Amino acid sequence: MTWQIILGIWMSGVVIASFVYMPATQGLGEMGRIIVYHVPAAWIAVLAYLMAMVNSIHYLRKREIRYDRQAQINAELGTVFCILATFTGAIWSRGAWGAYWNWDPRQTSIAVLLMIYAAYFVLRSAISDSDMRARLSAVYAVLAFLTVPFLVFIVPRVYYSLHPDLELVNLVERSFEMDRQMLVVFLASVAGVSGLYLWLYNIQKRLENLFYKKALRRRF
Amino acid sequence: MQNYVAVKKLSKEYSCRRLFADVSITIPDRSVFVVLGHNGAGKTTFLRIICGLVPATSGQVDFVLCGNVLTAAEKRAKVGLVSPDLELYGELSAVENLEFFSGVRGLPFSLQRAREILEFVGLKGRGHDYVATYSSGMKQRMKYAQALLHEPPILILDEPTANLDEVGVALVDTIIRRQKEKGIVIMATNEPREVCYGDQQLSLA
Amino acid sequence: MATSSFPWLSRSLAVLRKDLRIEFRTRYAYSALLMFAITTLVTVSFSVGGFMSGPEMTDIAAALLWIILFFSAMAGLSRTFVQEEESGTVIALKMAAEPEPVYIGKYLFNVVLLFSLTVLVVPLFVVMLNLSVVLVGGFLATVFLGAMGLAGASTILAAIVAKAGAKGSLMTVLSFPILLPLMLGAISATRTALGGGPPGAINADLLMLFFYNGVALAASLLLFEYVWNE
Repeated sequence: MTWQIILGIWMSGVVIASFVYMPATQGLGEMGRIIVYHVPAAWIAVLAYLMAMVNSIHYLRKREIRYDRQAQINAELGTVFCILATFTGAIWSRGAWGAYWNWDPRQTSIAVLLMIYAAYFVLRSAISDSDMRARLSAVYAVLAFLTVPFLVFIVPRVYYSLHPDLELVNLVERSFEMDRQMLVVFLASVAGVSGLYLWLYNIQKRLENLFYKKALRRRF
Repeated sequence: MQNYVAVKKLSKEYSCRRLFADVSITIPDRSVFVVLGHNGAGKTTFLRIICGLVPATSGQVDFVLCGNVLTAAEKRAKVGLVSPDLELYGELSAVENLEFFSGVRGLPFSLQRAREILEFVGLKGRGHDYVATYSSGMKQRMKYAQALLHEPPILILDEPTANLDEVGVALVDTIIRRQKEKGIVIMATNEPREVCYGDQQLSLA
Repeated sequence: MATSSFPWLSRSLAVLRKDLRIEFRTRYAYSALLMFAITTLVTVSFSVGGFMSGPEMTDIAAALLWIILFFSAMAGLSRTFVQEEESGTVIALKMAAEPEPVYIGKYLFNVVLLFSLTVLVVPLFVVMLNLSVVLVGGFLATVFLGAMGLAGASTILAAIVAKAGAKGSLMTVLSFPILLPLMLGAISATRTALGGGPPGAINADLLMLFFYNGVALAASLLLFEYVWNE
């Protein structure tokens, strides 16, 4: 219980500091404060998706159902943080580039990640047998992840032809450098959000284990 | 004893219940093994685990041939299966079905051999009709043709005489007797006349 | 002996031959593919065919072509596995065949199916929308690699969908994120081939399509076993 309280105080501190202690950034002004929320969310999304992938491969190798549960929890948490990152990113994009959505390569890859995991959850809900669900969704997760690098290659090509202002994007990004006060708040936020992820992961895992045990007890 | 099937501490739990636990048996060469049990006791699942179609919750099934334990791919060449939920390709004729199963097993195919098998199972003269046009008894005979095509040392039969008439039942008698002379038969049945073929029995409760 | 050095090849061809034979007799998958493609093609041609002029024309035409091919593929390519699963022949096939020949045979079958579709639909598309193909070789290569890639990635997805009970639009939902890079690459290459942009740009896209095919095929071969065996 104690460290949940610490986490609560910590995150409150980060939120307050992001508006009070942290200065407005050059180039982006007040809009720059969103980096404290956007980047950690994106980082946790990527981390959770990566963990989902690792657990899927573990499941295929060892066929232990707990890896499937861990993959599922990570995919769910990854999606929550991915949605947060998409929203904060869209707001930032509005401030920096003038439009909420413009198929910037990063926006494209995050959208495709969301689509992949949406399809992943649809697949899971379509299968009732737990072993088969674990197996097929693990294969799908691995397969889907392998195609993401191609997007990194192809999207800038399509995008470039439609929007010749890619250079402008880079220019804005380069001017966006952090000073020390900002760095402190940013790192504190990364630590806080990581803690939040671990806490949520832990709760989910305990919950899933309870459901699993309950289901087992009903069987025999 | 060189050839045998060893079932070691086999257990299976299926979605809501435990079907069987810690089954250990050795089925020697030249014998018939019968699995008994009421509907839903897990006879079919037991046979499927032996075939390698379904994984066991724990334990394993080893096929030992001349002292070597077979791999999954080698097992495939040594087992023939007849089962109510195994179906043949209805849009293909009997001969085409046999041609396909030879090809996919990497065996040479000859029309002569197909004719012999079809005659043996009592489908003489119907070899070029589509299997979809067969009656259920003829389909059952066709399943035997498919299972015996590659002359497997181990024959696995689930409800061997389902849908068969008296002549068909006599055919199954012949098949089991012949198979017993050169290999192993594992079958699941509740028919008293089939149960008495068994050199060994396993009753799943 | 040739058959023993490539044990998968002759067995894969046996699977392909069987599927082609059945398809030739029922024409189930092919008519689904073809009807879908023709319907959408006619709709597209009817509604936008008259307005296809100007520099954006190539962009729109390229996107429309691949949308037609993608959704047609979704209508028919899952059939080959779904049918095995629904008719119960999957058990006989599992007992007789190793996973790899099954995958390769079904993959080749889907490639044949899509090729016979594109041979009909792509020329019709070019004619009905009054397009002029600037880079004929590049266009053919794009269609070839694009169709191969569609078949390559959808075959294992079809196996997944068949196991999941072939529910509704599951195939389309699962395929879209995975086929998106291929679609974007093929659209980009088609645009270049139709005269939008510098001709040299097509090479990089074709290379990407080529590697996509390779990755899809290699990954499917490695992962298929996990889908096929319980």
